[in-house]
Amino acid sequence: MAYAEQVETEALHEPKSFLTRYIWSQDHKVIAIQYALTAIFVGLIALVLSGLMRMQLGFPGSIGFMDAGAYYQAMTMHGMIMVIYLLTALFLGGFGNYLIPLMVGSRDMVFPYVNMLSYWFYLLSVVILLASFFAPGGPTGAGWTLYPPQSITQGTPGTEWGIVLMLVSLAVFIIAATMGGLNYVTTVLQARTHGMTLMRMPLSVWGIFMASILALLAFPALFVSAVMMLFDKLLGTSFFMPAIISLGQSLEHQGGSPILFQHLFWFFGHPEVYIVALPAFGLVSDLISTHARKNIFGYRMMVWAIVAIGVLSFVVWAHHMYVSGMNPYFGFFFATTTLIIAVPTALKVYNWVLTLWQGDIHLTVPMLFALAFILTFLVGGLTGLFLGNVIVDIPLSDTYFVVAHFHMVMGVAPILVVFGAIYHWYPKITGRMMNERLGKLHFWITFLGTYAIYFPMHYLGFLGMPRRYYAYEDYAFIPQSAQDLNAFITVAALTVGVTQLLFLFNLFWSAFNGKPAGGNPWQATSLEWQTPQTPPMHGNWGAKLPVVHRWAYDYSVPGIEQDFVPQTVSAEELQHMRQRDRATTPKDQRP
Amino acid sequence: MNRLLLRNTDSFEPSGGWHPNAGMPSPAAMDRARTARVGLRLLLAVVSSLFLLFLIAFIIRSQVPDWQPLTEPLAPLAQTNALWLNSAALIGASIALQWARVAARRGNAQATLAGFTLGGLLAIAFLLGQLWVWRLFAAWGYFVASNPANSFFYLLTGLHGLHLLGGLVAWGRTLGKFLRHVPLARLASSVELCAIYWHYLLGLWLLLFALLTSTPQTYEAIAAFCGLR
Repeated sequence: MAYAEQVETEALHEPKSFLTRYIWSQDHKVIAIQYALTAIFVGLIALVLSGLMRMQLGFPGSIGFMDAGAYYQAMTMHGMIMVIYLLTALFLGGFGNYLIPLMVGSRDMVFPYVNMLSYWFYLLSVVILLASFFAPGGPTGAGWTLYPPQSITQGTPGTEWGIVLMLVSLAVFIIAATMGGLNYVTTVLQARTHGMTLMRMPLSVWGIFMASILALLAFPALFVSAVMMLFDKLLGTSFFMPAIISLGQSLEHQGGSPILFQHLFWFFGHPEVYIVALPAFGLVSDLISTHARKNIFGYRMMVWAIVAIGVLSFVVWAHHMYVSGMNPYFGFFFATTTLIIAVPTALKVYNWVLTLWQGDIHLTVPMLFALAFILTFLVGGLTGLFLGNVIVDIPLSDTYFVVAHFHMVMGVAPILVVFGAIYHWYPKITGRMMNERLGKLHFWITFLGTYAIYFPMHYLGFLGMPRRYYAYEDYAFIPQSAQDLNAFITVAALTVGVTQLLFLFNLFWSAFNGKPAGGNPWQATSLEWQTPQTPPMHGNWGAKLPVVHRWAYDYSVPGIEQDFVPQTVSAEELQHMRQRDRATTPKDQRP
Repeated sequence: MNRLLLRNTDSFEPSGGWHPNAGMPSPAAMDRARTARVGLRLLLAVVSSLFLLFLIAFIIRSQVPDWQPLTEPLAPLAQTNALWLNSAALIGASIALQWARVAARRGNAQATLAGFTLGGLLAIAFLLGQLWVWRLFAAWGYFVASNPANSFFYLLTGLHGLHLLGGLVAWGRTLGKFLRHVPLARLASSVELCAIYWHYLLGLWLLLFALLTSTPQTYEAIAAFCGLR
């Protein structure tokens, strides 16, 4: 393996005690695991909440405490936790932290102390959020979009404590995400090793890099709306609160603009979709290339598509607001930008498929999840084209069609990548493989199960079944068959939910009992698989940093037997390998 | 930023170490200083995004009829003397820190310390001045919830003050190192970062000052220009 000429002159300060190594750690790998485990923990809470909601919808009245208020609280917390505290935290704080320094050949993040703070602020935000379950009145039931005036007006659950805790928790989360994002972006810009040019970075790093930039610029919009709403709630200002009569009494507010909140929220909310999607795009590109033993098709195009999607994601936000009564010309503008953003997105899907084309496809567990992602993202993306058009969106707005669409495109699809990526990088993180049989079982039930859940929802949406209702009895326009379908969806959802225990079992069991993996079990090219130790030690690279000579996608290079060329192999070494293999290959089999 | 993005990584040393040696700045320390500058500039981009969104909200909200301008003859901002005084303190703080930055580059420890200390003290004076303006507002009966214009005044000056307060924490830590006789070479980078941050907050304050003391006609013109009316 090639290394830089210069010997590391400055000593690495190894953490000495248990506390500094595992708790107050500044090592990006430990912080990544802390982030990931915390995110998975809150994600499980959100999963249980969705199970409770499905029980109410499929079998009304089967859960004693589930009244309308509790249903709204479960719905709100489910949405907010899944989008922000699970997916955002897991992709950026988890995968970003673990992979960026390893993939760009750095010893750690550039600001390790800030990185540690980032995790502890994240944990604090989670604690504040969960505290609302125990606050008087319970958590807020305003819906994950928290639209005023209802979110802070009497009658909505949790208007006393729940909403305040939610807004404070979001503000703390944004501070955490900003500290993390500054680290990720600066590390990519400043701490790449010798030869690691931007256009040699794996697409995982590109995806996470661009998503971090989006997070840095979009989260302030949520921060602004959270702060202004807190002012309205606690200090009686009227930023968002119009003059309003609530429970027969006229409130002190006047003149505020609820639509202003919607604009601010979605100015954050739409980039947020891509904050989740871009890392998924990046990670899945690397999974597909590695497990199909083929270079990624159109690498430069893929990079520019990531950049283009990132930029365009800031000019499509109001397609979430077609029914808010805004100027029809706005609708025309945002429908157009929405269709334009579909172009680089579709380009990525084509390139994934073309990467698979005539590849040496290994149907490993990570690859299964990657393939399932392509399908799911395609389905979710196509329904997005429907909803992106004003005229189709208006009748479908606030129906289960929308629920099905966004769960497919930004719920299931990214989660499939999360699973695939965990199965893929787990051997590097723990040094052991996850059990493949359990992994495949987990995959098939999750993949087929999610389709059993969300495909029927599109149909329910066409029937006109509105979302966010706690019970569907006595609505003349909803046929009885819809209720049967709801029961079916609930059974599927609970099955998929319980199956995740298989994954959790595999995750913890394999850490101690899995098959030893070695340094590079997938025979991958990127830097993280070339570390001297597995799992990598503090400082990642031993005495010398690696030197990069090529991009991350040299699979099945003609003329050599080994079907991958790591990024650390120089042109001379490659030439040497060619000559060696030529000597041992019979003449008729030479390329 | 362009130069930064296009930089060829082959041309720099694989330092990667974290703990500087005392004395002369090593290539690793210079690398770290550059990294810190990049980090700070990114942070300033985030802060810009934050305030830009606040200002857009401000302009949109100012177009609702219940807005009572703070610049009317009997309103507290009819006279802006107090705010001009505070601005002078902040301008002074920025100049002092720039002086410290230049002195640090030339290796003059005493001048650096003097400029650095003065810059922080003037920033504290600015914050006290802002608190005094808040008290004036309250004395006039202009509370945070009485009108959206007041709400925005408290919100924007308060957030700007909090950002300056954050800067003062970094300033205090660096000052502590100065007083513990840490060599100048190891503090020059912190001085520079403080100076950049102070200049930014001065620029931001001047923008806020201009906007908060503008007339409703100006807001209307801005709103019309941005298509928000």
